[in-house]
Amino acid sequence: MNTRQEKLLAFAFITPSIIAIGIFVYGFIGWSLRVSLSSWRGLLPDYTWAGLSNFIGLFQDRRFLIDIQNTLIFTIFFLAASLVIGLLLAILIDRIKWAGNLFRGVFLFPMAVSFIVTGVAWRWLMNPATGSRISGLNLLFDNLGLDFLINNWHTTAPPWGIAFVVIPAVWQMSGFTMALYLSGIQSIPAELRESAKMDGANEFQVFRYIILPLLNPVTLSAVIILGHISLKIFDLIVAMSGKDLRLDVPSIYMWTTTFDGNNFARGAAIGILMLLGVALLVVPYLIYTNRTEIDV
Amino acid sequence: MKSLKWISLLVLAGMLLAACAPAASPEGEAATGEVEVFSWWTAGGEADGLAAMQEVFSAEYPNLTFVNAAVAGGAGTNARAVLATRLSAGDPPSSWQGHAGQELIGTYVAAGQIEPLNDLYDQNGWLDVMPQTLIPLISQDGNIYSVPVNIHRANVMWYNPAVLEANGATVPATWDEFLTSAETLLANGVTPLAMGEQWTSMHLLETVLLGSLGADGYAGLWDGSTDWAGPEVTAALETFQQVLTYVNSDASTLSWDQAAQLVVDGDAAFTIMGDWADGFFVSLGLTPETDFGWAPAPGTDGLFQFLSDSFVLPVNAKNPEGAIAWLTVAGSKEGQEAFNPIKGSICARTDCDPALFDAYLQSAIADWNTDTVVGSLTHGVVANDAWKSEIDTALGLFLADGDVAAFQSALATACSSSGACQ
Repeated sequence: MNTRQEKLLAFAFITPSIIAIGIFVYGFIGWSLRVSLSSWRGLLPDYTWAGLSNFIGLFQDRRFLIDIQNTLIFTIFFLAASLVIGLLLAILIDRIKWAGNLFRGVFLFPMAVSFIVTGVAWRWLMNPATGSRISGLNLLFDNLGLDFLINNWHTTAPPWGIAFVVIPAVWQMSGFTMALYLSGIQSIPAELRESAKMDGANEFQVFRYIILPLLNPVTLSAVIILGHISLKIFDLIVAMSGKDLRLDVPSIYMWTTTFDGNNFARGAAIGILMLLGVALLVVPYLIYTNRTEIDV
Repeated sequence: MKSLKWISLLVLAGMLLAACAPAASPEGEAATGEVEVFSWWTAGGEADGLAAMQEVFSAEYPNLTFVNAAVAGGAGTNARAVLATRLSAGDPPSSWQGHAGQELIGTYVAAGQIEPLNDLYDQNGWLDVMPQTLIPLISQDGNIYSVPVNIHRANVMWYNPAVLEANGATVPATWDEFLTSAETLLANGVTPLAMGEQWTSMHLLETVLLGSLGADGYAGLWDGSTDWAGPEVTAALETFQQVLTYVNSDASTLSWDQAAQLVVDGDAAFTIMGDWADGFFVSLGLTPETDFGWAPAPGTDGLFQFLSDSFVLPVNAKNPEGAIAWLTVAGSKEGQEAFNPIKGSICARTDCDPALFDAYLQSAIADWNTDTVVGSLTHGVVANDAWKSEIDTALGLFLADGDVAAFQSALATACSSSGACQ
């Protein structure tokens, strides 16, 4: 088989998926963009041109501003906690050779659970009821005499209620960051550490000046993966609080305004803004990786 | 042997083809063929009630085949998405279920998808057996658009008689009386009012609006004759805000039945909920009037805030004669008497036999026959989906920040953007 034939064959194999992606991803992105610029409110499509009015309306909409604030708070806390806890767990497991595999499984396991299940379980754990109906973690704190820890959890007054939703999200995803960091640490050649030690570096210095810089690409990947999850978070919050506006995020607003309120134009506008948000995160990463891959 | 194999293969293929072909529905012949009825009644009493009504239908129209096209999912969220897809593909079912009132009118009539049913009402004499105050709430411009099968009441205050007695409290007739006894209950460590997630607070809001504004003032909110920005609404919203201070702190984490459970357990004294709560209490084995009591929500005595499941006739229905046959059964005494005792609701007709129903429902039937009927907001009667969704957002913001003035102006904006207030 010559190269020309091979190329044709390869092209034939990927054509179906190119067509499918073209229609179902890029085609529908284009269609959503068109709907977001229309005045479609109601059961039947209405493509009357509305310009950017849906987008302008959203930025004057108190609910959407709350959504942005909640997304930012959630993303910052979620990323910070997942990265720090994931890195700590990875270092510990790397050190403790004898039970490394066991703990790796234990910490990775929550990833196998869906966000809906996590949300329901933590909704019970973080039950804010008081008095005779106290339950979940608050009951545990009460029994242990740690009364100062009893709190309202995710029903805390805005804007910090959303920060408590980070707890189940981190519980679920920090094992994943741990796995990323662990493979990163273990792929660092032993010679590097050894030569640093021979030059008189102590443990902390090895970590600070050898390991941490070499983990930068891992951190970047983790930020991209966790960041796009967090910008699109939906199921966890719906499972924990239903449609409570205090914990509202853009995806929930998109869902309620589109399917409860039949406001398809506004729903599409929210969808496009979410896409832009994720693109802000992912596109620089793609450019960066393309460039480094070409350089290497 | 080989030919036998081929023949059997051919037969199998033929059977497959026959199974795949669309079921034949002869057109033009009166009252034959399939009637595809679309609903979200898939569980418990609802599904059993539908089956009972289907039996009545099959007995009266033996030539028609009833096709149950129910789609699962609470309050019809999934079903409505499926229905919207089918309608935009030009493939409506013979008839579908929807909440009577603006939820149907504002969505489907506005999109030109359902036919008026005035002739059917005249032929069957339904105008004489349904409350006169009901008809305008399911009509637009003089056209009646749906056949209500059942009636639920939204403005009911449920209470725990033992808790009231122990705390020397009585059932409040007004919200002011409620606030007074709530103070006593709170001092005794009892939650005065149990509430659940956000839709139950909209349910509470609509009963407070009704109790403060009265029937005419409340009805005026939905046609623009009551000013959303006016002082009466301000007073009602301030009452609502005060009432909310006596609600359980974990309301946003409870479903409606978990909130009702607080009353059952004696943790809370009252809850405002639609009369499906009766079915919940009875299913727990509680005895009406001793284990749980009920009264109209404060300030709403003599008013019946209703919601209703109803069926419609689509434009371009697949089998219009069959669809009309189904609607005739849905509006008939036999059909409603078969459906409602099982579903746990009362008949839209005023002539059903009360003996078929339990203690609470009998009292609801008596009120339905005499009270002034007003529509529920939360359950789709008075405002269409778009408007209701804006009110829901305004309410959510209010629950977050407690700003009455901002709440009221958001409600006024919602009314004008809906087109009802100019």
